[in-house]
Amino acid sequence: MELRGTTNNKDASSIFKSIDWTTLLLYFIMVVYGVVSIYAATYDFDHASMFSFSEFSGKQFMWIGISFLAGLSMLLIDKRLYEAYAYPIYGLLILLLIVTIFVAPDINGSRSWIVFGPVSLQPAEFAKFATALALAKLFSSYNFVLNKSLGNYLKCAFIIGLPILLILIQKETGSALVYFSLVFVLYREGMTGFVLFIAACAITFFVVAIKFAETTILGIATGMFSVLVIILLIAIAMLFIYCKSFILGRNVLIGNILAAITAVILHFCDIQVNGYWYFGAVYSAMIIYLLVSMFKDNLKRIIITISFIVGSVIFLFSVNYMFETGLKSYQQKRIKVALGVEKDLKGVGYNVNQAKIAIGSGGFIGKGFLNGTQTKLRYVPEHHTDFIFCTIGEEQGFVGSMAVLGLFLALILRIIFLAERQRTAFGRIYAYCVASIFMMHLIINIGMVIGLCPVIGIPLPFFSYGGSSMLGFTILLFILLRLDASRREYSY
Amino acid sequence: MRKDYNLEKRKYVIGGFIILIVFVYMIKLFELQICDSKYKTYADSNAFLKKTIYPSRGLMYDRKGKLVVFNQPAYDVMFIPRDVQPFDTIDFCNTLQITREDFDQRISDIKNHRKNPNYSLYTQQRFMTHLSAQDYGRLQEKLYRYPGFFIQKRILRKYNYIAGANILGNIREVNNTDLKNDEYYRRGDYTGDLGIEKSYEKYLRGTKGEEILIRDANGKIKGRYNDGNSDIAPIAGKDLTLGIDIELQKYGEQLMQNKIGAIVAIEPSTGEILALVSSPTYNPNDLVGRARGKNYRRLVNDKTIPLYDRAIMAAYPPGSTFKPTQGLILRQEGIVTPHTAYPCYMGFIYGRLKVGCHGHESPITLVPSLRTSCNAYFCWGLKNMLDKKSKYGTTGNAFETWKKHLVNMGYGYRLGIDLPGESRGFIPNEKFYDKVYGQGRWNALTIISIAIGQGEILATPLQIANLAATIANRGYFYTPHVVKDIVGEKIDSTYITPRYTGINSTYYEEIVEGMRQAVTSGTCRTANLKNIEVCGKTGTAQNPHGKDHSAFMGFAPKDNPKIAICVYVQNAGFGATYGVPIGSLMMEKYLNDSIAPERKYLEQRMLESNTMIFSGIKRNY
Repeated sequence: MELRGTTNNKDASSIFKSIDWTTLLLYFIMVVYGVVSIYAATYDFDHASMFSFSEFSGKQFMWIGISFLAGLSMLLIDKRLYEAYAYPIYGLLILLLIVTIFVAPDINGSRSWIVFGPVSLQPAEFAKFATALALAKLFSSYNFVLNKSLGNYLKCAFIIGLPILLILIQKETGSALVYFSLVFVLYREGMTGFVLFIAACAITFFVVAIKFAETTILGIATGMFSVLVIILLIAIAMLFIYCKSFILGRNVLIGNILAAITAVILHFCDIQVNGYWYFGAVYSAMIIYLLVSMFKDNLKRIIITISFIVGSVIFLFSVNYMFETGLKSYQQKRIKVALGVEKDLKGVGYNVNQAKIAIGSGGFIGKGFLNGTQTKLRYVPEHHTDFIFCTIGEEQGFVGSMAVLGLFLALILRIIFLAERQRTAFGRIYAYCVASIFMMHLIINIGMVIGLCPVIGIPLPFFSYGGSSMLGFTILLFILLRLDASRREYSY
Repeated sequence: MRKDYNLEKRKYVIGGFIILIVFVYMIKLFELQICDSKYKTYADSNAFLKKTIYPSRGLMYDRKGKLVVFNQPAYDVMFIPRDVQPFDTIDFCNTLQITREDFDQRISDIKNHRKNPNYSLYTQQRFMTHLSAQDYGRLQEKLYRYPGFFIQKRILRKYNYIAGANILGNIREVNNTDLKNDEYYRRGDYTGDLGIEKSYEKYLRGTKGEEILIRDANGKIKGRYNDGNSDIAPIAGKDLTLGIDIELQKYGEQLMQNKIGAIVAIEPSTGEILALVSSPTYNPNDLVGRARGKNYRRLVNDKTIPLYDRAIMAAYPPGSTFKPTQGLILRQEGIVTPHTAYPCYMGFIYGRLKVGCHGHESPITLVPSLRTSCNAYFCWGLKNMLDKKSKYGTTGNAFETWKKHLVNMGYGYRLGIDLPGESRGFIPNEKFYDKVYGQGRWNALTIISIAIGQGEILATPLQIANLAATIANRGYFYTPHVVKDIVGEKIDSTYITPRYTGINSTYYEEIVEGMRQAVTSGTCRTANLKNIEVCGKTGTAQNPHGKDHSAFMGFAPKDNPKIAICVYVQNAGFGATYGVPIGSLMMEKYLNDSIAPERKYLEQRMLESNTMIFSGIKRNY
């Protein structure tokens, strides 16, 4: 491959002609909105100046300056360099992540910060664009089709899994979680949707089983009872739609209705029906019936359906065990608080409760700029970093929070649009990686603040205070802009 | 590059997914920010610390403008458990001059949910109340060493005179009943207890103010909200001017020491009470501050019940002080004329019934009968009235007429003094005797002793003093009251409206004449002052508790009276031995400002005498 110089004037001017100004505008609006929010969040009675470096907003200004320079540099670098150096960059960042584990000081239990004098950086933030580049490079390699072999999946899993592992060792669970969003990229590139369906089922079963674990129906926890019913419904639906077998679907449906009627009649005859026995009987009968009749119809799909049923039941019964033994007690608590099982307003639930009070007290138009009491008086912890959305919700109310959600939605949809107009797999994959990462940050950060997700500490891109995240997201986005700007230049 | 259009459609799934999530978040935000208003309240109660500013309580002045009750600052040590950080407990105890055990006891009491149901880590708890100025000063210097602790300024009462505790009352912390009945109060507030403090609580307490402070999550105060423009300034309580002459009150209490009983002095022309002595009494300063609890228990357990205001609460048989009322009724009803004379041969004798009397001329008319306090005259009078079927039809009707006159004179019901706990005394009615003796089975002779203020008749010293004021006014009185004036307010109209007895004032002149003669040549000669025309009537009331009660009722001067008085000393013997001397000394003191040298011996005797020994009560301290 021939490489051209990185500082070609003709190249640079053409970039500014063909750059996607919509994304750039969204970026600038969010950055300015962000720094104003940080100023508001950290405003104090004896606050000096918005631009003073000793203050959070001042510091953030400095980081924004650095980020602009970095973004500009990203635009000036030749597009082909990203592709050529994707793996070396990835390797470098992986190395940095490993080094971090050993040199980083312990900050609140996590070892993810590298400190250079007054500046500290979090390599995990920069590993995002490196991983995206590596993944894009993998997909753009000659004749790479994801579904062609299991080996291709393993390669993807390696590229995504390595940073996850290293970041988990650094005890930054939140950041590690973000990389899982890259599953969306695999989905876009041909991974069967069944995986997403299974993931959605797993999350649903988990949430329902944990949330309704306190009460019981027929001797079974309500959550578990509900999940067992849901599995039956999904199984019947699968028989009708996926296996396209009307007879099997009809028979299983009728069998279940009869079983339910019998149980109700027994109940009114004062015979206590034990839920375990009931579901044991229903499930056994159904699986035996399906096994017996599977050769008559679409064999492969019926086997998958049976596997789904069995797998779901095993998953369900191991959820409780996993939850009790696999998670640490503070993680269990966070999940329970997010699901509304526990309140614990003085402990884990304090953050979420104060965050909700802050946002809820904002009303429609908010309390006005710099008038938020919840955030300014530090009732909301991390009010300028992970919980920055509280300041916006409190001071600008529903209007402000809609504006932020709207900006992010616009940005993500725009990136998906950009992704689809790329002519190279490299560009498209990279763009989808960017979209997925922004999606995950948005979902977890705002979900956490409004109490719909467990508390997982990850920043809101361009809004949360922090140099690494500002710089990391800027680089991530500007590489995309650079790739997009010259999308017409080369075509493979 | 191969383009897979089937896969390209998946952009809609991914795009749709994020749109769905954002939509769900928007709904949740709508619910939080628009549907639910509770968060606003939560945020306010988080951020704003509303600190009460206590108004200063109204002061009390006596009728001559002397300051009687005023305020002194007191300091309570408060703390918020959540904010307390480890500190040098020994040093803290030394500063407050308490022992380590005391400290532990207080903390465990505060944490005890039964004793302190409102305990919370987040709210102010009262560690210690009423620090002295010295302790306060010491603590204030070191306070920074004890994070979480702070000092709250309160107001306590202070008294310039050790007198009038029964009238003035005191203040105490509100209890659950107060909290329930009046929204004004918050736990830890003070309210008036007993006396004027209680009855004029609404005027004295003023209106609390509020200071709104901004507080951060650590409970640290960051400043004043809205630069203090939203604060509410407290409104000080209203000052009161009392009708009481505090020097006279003090003198009365001295005269009554070691005696059980009461003195009530009223200015007849206004109904203002000049002195309201109840004995034994107590030092008002005993019920102030930290010692209040201990002293209050002591007073409650005292067998002489000092907290019982005998002047308005005790109902005594009025004895012979009742006779003027009888004379008035007999004259008004036309039963007797000034010339009607009844026989008295050492008493009222009717068949086997005998009400004893003492040696004086016989037969006897109204004026001399008051002079000599003749029992027979009033027994005959009452008998003739109740038996006068031609006028009343039945004994019962006659009796009800008799009662109606007494009620008009202020007997049988509460007079309505502006102090809590007034007793109504007792005047029986027809039904009462029907119940006791059976209908038609009683007559004038059955109940004859009521004619001389014995039997079922009971009256408070206040009612007896009010009778004196009515006679002084020749037929009307103002409802007796202790508060003369409220700054910026009018006193209740009932205290400035005269109440007429309905008895002709000329009859009063005859009573006045009889009472004047009692002083010049009758039973009250000790009260005969040189330059003042005193009118008076003794009373010696038999009672089931021992020695007779000694009573005196009178007023002076005879024309344009300035003071009407009742003295009642329990178990002290003849009215002339204690009632008259004390009554006359009070009148002399009030009218002349000093006691004449030739009467000093009398004053000395009263100050030194002890009649409590006859009451059968042993003081237990």
